[in-house]
Amino acid sequence: MKNGLIVSKLKNGTVIDHIPAGRALAVLKVLGIKGNEGNRVALVMNVESKKMQRKDIVKIDGRSITEKEAQLITLIAPTATINIVKDYEVIEKRKLDIPEKVEGLLKCPNPSCITNNDIEAKSRFIKESKSPLILKCDYCETYITEEDVLRQILS
Amino acid sequence: MRDIISALDLSREDFLSLFHLSDEILKGKKIEVKDKIISVAFFEPSTRTALSFTTAGEKLGAKIIGFSSTEGTSVAKGENLADTIRMLENYSDCIIIRHKFDGAAKFASEISDKPIINAGDGKHEHPTQTLIDLYTVYKTFGEIDNLTFGILGDLRYARTVNSLLRGLTRFKPKIVYLISPPTLSARKEILKDLNYEIKELNNPYDIISDLDVLYITRIQKERFADEMEYEKVKESYKIDENLVNKMKKESIILHPLPRVNEIDRKIDSTPQAKYFYQASLAVPIRMALLYSVLGEQ
Repeated sequence: MKNGLIVSKLKNGTVIDHIPAGRALAVLKVLGIKGNEGNRVALVMNVESKKMQRKDIVKIDGRSITEKEAQLITLIAPTATINIVKDYEVIEKRKLDIPEKVEGLLKCPNPSCITNNDIEAKSRFIKESKSPLILKCDYCETYITEEDVLRQILS
Repeated sequence: MRDIISALDLSREDFLSLFHLSDEILKGKKIEVKDKIISVAFFEPSTRTALSFTTAGEKLGAKIIGFSSTEGTSVAKGENLADTIRMLENYSDCIIIRHKFDGAAKFASEISDKPIINAGDGKHEHPTQTLIDLYTVYKTFGEIDNLTFGILGDLRYARTVNSLLRGLTRFKPKIVYLISPPTLSARKEILKDLNYEIKELNNPYDIISDLDVLYITRIQKERFADEMEYEKVKESYKIDENLVNKMKKESIILHPLPRVNEIDRKIDSTPQAKYFYQASLAVPIRMALLYSVLGEQ
């Protein structure tokens, strides 16, 4: 089925579309979805996309996305769109952009960074480049790339 | 001028005005910051930096409080950096901090409303050493622009190199050669924003005769997580008579000190050896900096 629906429409919930192919499991990880929460979840991987050639889609029934979760999704799936569905209709379509500052979400890979050594020092990364994704620790200036972010989120 | 965390916190005008004030101090000008209290908070060992800041503060008539090791302080009891800074902020007008962790000075500046001066944070930056380094160049050549620099040794873990490379963005060096073993090459995070020509190489003999300034750093055992890695590179370079004989007579050799074996002691008596002169300029330039930061006119 080239253009048809693989799974049925959501009544209420969230559709995360245009996830880079192969990243849907990472998105589920960000959302903390293990499958035993009770929500109906549909996961589609490596489907055809006009814009992206191949993409993943995640549909979650009865679940919204927090700002923190949305920020993390932008870091591992910068092309993703988040659609909020109510009564089978998309009532909000959010195309997220990688934030200029990412605070308290990621760990600096430098073990000697103050953020890894003082209980009050929270991590803060500044966006250096969007594509390829490069973030710079605002304290020790260590770079982290998209692969590092993905590895951190998946570990 | 307020917090000095990075060499990038100093403009060209800041550098030049501090150089001019230091010149005046060396000529005998009296400046004071009486009634001010300066905290010297050294969480990591230091000889020159701690003593020269203390001397500079004393010469300005300020009161100095603080510590040069964490023994005997609440840090030894497990107090975190933020709480120590809060305490010093209450007691003093400015805090000079040396710490083993990268980014500690910036973090301290977010905690404190009083000015923070970074006296070395891990392998990150040491901007007041750059003031000394560039002041030495300025006093020797009368300028910093149009000179050829060679920076040799551990360019990856040396905080003085990071700050020097950034300080040079305020001037117009002809070219800066970065000479190191491949495993100790400069961090791309630092190189990315430089606005002058650089060239990375491994062999100082390739360019030694072109240099006006040869800046050497110690390969620092304490910065290596893996001792085997240190063993592989620890004696990669030695500045000896053979190398110095190929330098221009009017060129200079700088080193932030302490040195271990990277400069042959026979070099100390050559006209190019300026590292002890460089160290002697620490007090006037730090006096000028403290005077500027503490806002006394």
